[in-house]
Amino acid sequence: MAKAYLSIEGVGVTFAKGAVRSEVLTGVDLKVDKGEFVSIIGHSGCGKSTLLNVVAGLVPVTTGAVILDKQEVNAPGPDRAVVFQNHSLLPWLSVRENVSLAVDKVFGGVKTAAERREWTLHNLELVKMTHALDKRPSEISGGMKQRVGIARALAMEPKVLLLDEPFGALDALTRAHLQDSVMEIHASLRNTVLMVTHDVDEAALLSDRIVMMTNGPRAAIGQVLDVALQRPRDRLAVAEDPTYIHARAAVIEFLYARRAA
Amino acid sequence: MTFPKPSFSPAEPVAAPVIAPPPPEPRASRGSEIVRRAGATAAAVVPPLLTVLAILGLWQAAIGDSYGGLPSPVQVWTESKDLILNPFFDHGGVDKGLFWHVLTSLKRVGVGFSVSAVCGVMLGVLIGSNRWAHRGLDPIFQVLRTVPPLAWLPISLAAFREAQPSALFVIFITSIWPIIINTAVGVRNIPTDYVNVAKVLRLSPVEYFFKILLPATTPYIFTGLRIGIGMSWLAIVASEMLLGGVGVGFFIWDQYNASRISDIIVALAWVGLTGFFLDRLVALLGHIVSRGNAAS
Repeated sequence: MAKAYLSIEGVGVTFAKGAVRSEVLTGVDLKVDKGEFVSIIGHSGCGKSTLLNVVAGLVPVTTGAVILDKQEVNAPGPDRAVVFQNHSLLPWLSVRENVSLAVDKVFGGVKTAAERREWTLHNLELVKMTHALDKRPSEISGGMKQRVGIARALAMEPKVLLLDEPFGALDALTRAHLQDSVMEIHASLRNTVLMVTHDVDEAALLSDRIVMMTNGPRAAIGQVLDVALQRPRDRLAVAEDPTYIHARAAVIEFLYARRAA
Repeated sequence: MTFPKPSFSPAEPVAAPVIAPPPPEPRASRGSEIVRRAGATAAAVVPPLLTVLAILGLWQAAIGDSYGGLPSPVQVWTESKDLILNPFFDHGGVDKGLFWHVLTSLKRVGVGFSVSAVCGVMLGVLIGSNRWAHRGLDPIFQVLRTVPPLAWLPISLAAFREAQPSALFVIFITSIWPIIINTAVGVRNIPTDYVNVAKVLRLSPVEYFFKILLPATTPYIFTGLRIGIGMSWLAIVASEMLLGGVGVGFFIWDQYNASRISDIIVALAWVGLTGFFLDRLVALLGHIVSRGNAAS
């Protein structure tokens, strides 16, 4: 097999708190190609967020390694931008400032001030948030906050975009809107995306592959499912598609029949 | 005399334009706006005013016109009329109007409190962000902060051998503890999300300090500063009583020795109102600095 863009090799994570050691992940192997959209799904507490944080560099591996674009990951960095579940925008900064903080830091030495301003605006346009540039996070809705979080992550031009249950806290309609936005952005930028989710429909609609995790402790990858659906995908058309229906059914079967919590 | 408007009025004006029909009659709405504002001001000013009147009435009724001991409000007025009506006179020495005494005390508080604000925030950041600094210093701070201001005075007099720096030190040592402790709590409560954002962006320690730590901790810092300025005002009055010279604390002590109790009562009103405005000033500053995000 050719070298993958993002390679998770034999990753195990053990948290030690005093004398108590809990093994969260064990022997996780996963290869992600450039431009691929991969979802990680599993029951609560199965360590899927831990796996994402390992790739982000926020949690150190106990065994194994993560290799991104031929380089080992051992610290957080803007090449692996994270969209956190609860948006994590800085409340004292405006929408524009939240994104420009990232842009100025990542491109401070590369782009001129005018280019950085332009790039900040461009990314806020991608997520359709230019109408609220000078609003503070407390003044916009949850869905909008998440859009700004996505814009901030995209603005770092990451090699891999990490989404940690990005739509988990949103209502169903807002979630659908944001999923469509993410699909559009993925179609135009061809980012490599790793997304943690607990929503079966979301995983089936957005992903090229769905990684299903077994229950923790000592969670591992139980099964990987290819979703061979044509892109662009339309949520209405896809609902009738046998490939989609099959993918959905397979994930549900894995989660609820074989690995019931 | 004016009272600062309360930051949250019960009748929020924001909702009104949304419900109102699109073309409101400008004149009628302006008139009703004035009435509403006047009503809100009256609601804020009238109850405390009535309370003050009631207290003065009770006080007058309880004491009457018996001479000796605590004077009644009427006696305070007749005996200290000059002091109340003219706070700006200056007859040289310590024979000055209350404004000058309060101003001298405020200058001392200004210096002592500024030093304790800077040192307090720095120490608070240190023990909030460093586990070993916390373990080493926090127990000591918890013990020292319970020492009363006046207990520091003989020690600082022995150390500095002069009244002025001793008074400043007492203000400093009294007001620094709430600043340290609140800052440390704020630093320890910085949400993990913000820290993760900083890590992903690879902010340098200096960038982290100014772009994440300081703004995230601002509401806590200002809570500490508010408590601190209140305590430093308590400390100045107490320490000036022992140190002498110009200052509202010494004024009170001096009038006590001269048995002019009614002058002391006037001075107490000045002390209370000054303390109140100091507190409001720091709260306002916190509101401006944190751009309205403070929890105050």
